[in-house]
Amino acid sequence: MELLCPAGSIPALKAAIENGADAVYVGLKDETNARHFAGLNLNQMKLSEAADYVHKHGRKLHVAINTFAHANSWEKWRQAVDDAVLAGADVLIIADLAVLAYAAERYPRVERHLSVQASATNAGAIRFYQQFGVSRVVLPRVLSMQQVRALARTTDVELEVFAFGSLCIMAEGRCYLSSYLTGESPNTAGACSPAAFVEWDEQDNKLESRLNGVLIDRFDENEKAGYPTLCKGRFSVDDEIYNVLEEPTSLNTLSLLPQLYKEGIASLKIEGRQRSPAYVSQITRVWRQAIDTVMADPDNFEVADNWNSVLSSLSEGSQTTLGAYHRKWK
Amino acid sequence: MKFSLGPNLYFWPKQQVFDFYQQAAESDVEHVYLGETVCSKRRELKLDDYLTIAHMLREAGKKVTLSTMTLLEAPAELRELGKYCDNGEFDVEANDVSAIGILQEQGLNFTAGPAINIYNHQSLRRLIDMGMTRWVAPFELSRDWLQDILQQNLINTVRDCFEVEVFSFGHMPLAWSGRCFTARSENRPKDQCELCCIKYPEGREVKSQEGQQVFVLNGIQTQSGTRYNLINQLPSMKDLVDIVRISPQPEGTFDWLGRFRNNVDGEQPVKLNSKESNGYWLQLAGLATA
Repeated sequence: MELLCPAGSIPALKAAIENGADAVYVGLKDETNARHFAGLNLNQMKLSEAADYVHKHGRKLHVAINTFAHANSWEKWRQAVDDAVLAGADVLIIADLAVLAYAAERYPRVERHLSVQASATNAGAIRFYQQFGVSRVVLPRVLSMQQVRALARTTDVELEVFAFGSLCIMAEGRCYLSSYLTGESPNTAGACSPAAFVEWDEQDNKLESRLNGVLIDRFDENEKAGYPTLCKGRFSVDDEIYNVLEEPTSLNTLSLLPQLYKEGIASLKIEGRQRSPAYVSQITRVWRQAIDTVMADPDNFEVADNWNSVLSSLSEGSQTTLGAYHRKWK
Repeated sequence: MKFSLGPNLYFWPKQQVFDFYQQAAESDVEHVYLGETVCSKRRELKLDDYLTIAHMLREAGKKVTLSTMTLLEAPAELRELGKYCDNGEFDVEANDVSAIGILQEQGLNFTAGPAINIYNHQSLRRLIDMGMTRWVAPFELSRDWLQDILQQNLINTVRDCFEVEVFSFGHMPLAWSGRCFTARSENRPKDQCELCCIKYPEGREVKSQEGQQVFVLNGIQTQSGTRYNLINQLPSMKDLVDIVRISPQPEGTFDWLGRFRNNVDGEQPVKLNSKESNGYWLQLAGLATA
């Protein structure tokens, strides 16, 4: 079972490798990937440097080219595939049908993984994408453990699941909430609730967060104010104010590790290319220990207290959840 | 320019559904989409009921397409999808690639629904080659973006092989989740939802803490708070869009169909109210109005 860690920079990538990641995923410095944030990601030169470093340590480099290509700049996505292969990527993570087909036809020997952004949530969808020779599918964070198990037992492609990090509660690639409020689409521009649209303001001792002018949340003085990711805001339904869609919390699947291992899940993905090298170090260290422990003796696996305390301290609102994996969440 | 009634996105009692489609049969709409696209637990109508309605509509001269589920997770849902695809009589709108896969294997033509992520000519051409004969563009595509796609050589050489349809009236489905937000709004777990969404024939309004309507909850689907309304943009669809989609509302759907038809050439524009928007088509945020 592979530990796949995020990196938005060379220092983060080194932190992941030094702390035991089996593979690292990165993106290019443009809208071809789903974490298109200022100051993040690698240019062509850094990408080569990343590949050399990862290969020197006998690990793998995955490159996410996982937004949907535009009609008038299709070449940019094709170029991203060319650049990633030239730099020495072991794996391309792709969502767009045509980008996938291009990679399959031009570089048949470079492994292709279906991005979570392609929203393949069932065996039929996986079968559809197999015509483009995908060897692995990254599952959206909307499936229960029971559904993951059913898929693992019916498909012959490798499955990758999100193990830890920020939680999308909507099927990835099928969420226009952020584009509805800001006009900038996560599917085609690569950012949800983009920072350029965020405003903070203090009104009557309350801190207000807005996205493109729409009030997302209001915090009392003693409350910890989180980033206004719009699905985690507090809104009102029939005059009751609450987290209508989801609380600010992070996904943490440590307790599911034995089940994921027994079902033959190929890879555990840690979310967070936008995070610091220090964050990547701490997270990677915990998950390396946890995976080694489960692989040594899956029947007697127990979650160590110090793993959970490290992960909680690195979580949104210091809270974690099993998300959709756990039926009660639904 | 033709008009369609999209699949009913809400959960209505069976009789209300039958009454609605009786009105559709008597209206001048050309295309009707039938089927449950949101939640497989909603079983007021089964496939056989939809087929009964489909026959009635076909008798009335309508072109009928069966719409399929968007977020499929369980094996039972895939089996039900298979039955829709195997209906043997009516075209199918695929709202997930699993449906495209089934129809492609059977050599059947299909409509690609708005939840299939097609943003460029290359991907669109792949679907055309797989048997797509109608394309319902994703909600967030603007007129300019749509035009950019359609004027590419790869597409304009096969433009007579498929129709283009645009969602033009109704609350837009913006997101799909494993979680049911209507059940959550009533403090019920999804497993014990008791199909409470039947109480909300046009979903539940979500407002910001200062009263702005931001979303509508419709089970596992989150819709736009504003009602999308492209009635005044119909002239800009000429030579680009073949079918204009009206999404069924509990009230007033057929009045709006009439208003749309009267404004195809821009002769009878309608002033939008503060709860409507047209932003996406004009390359603005979806909730914006211009």
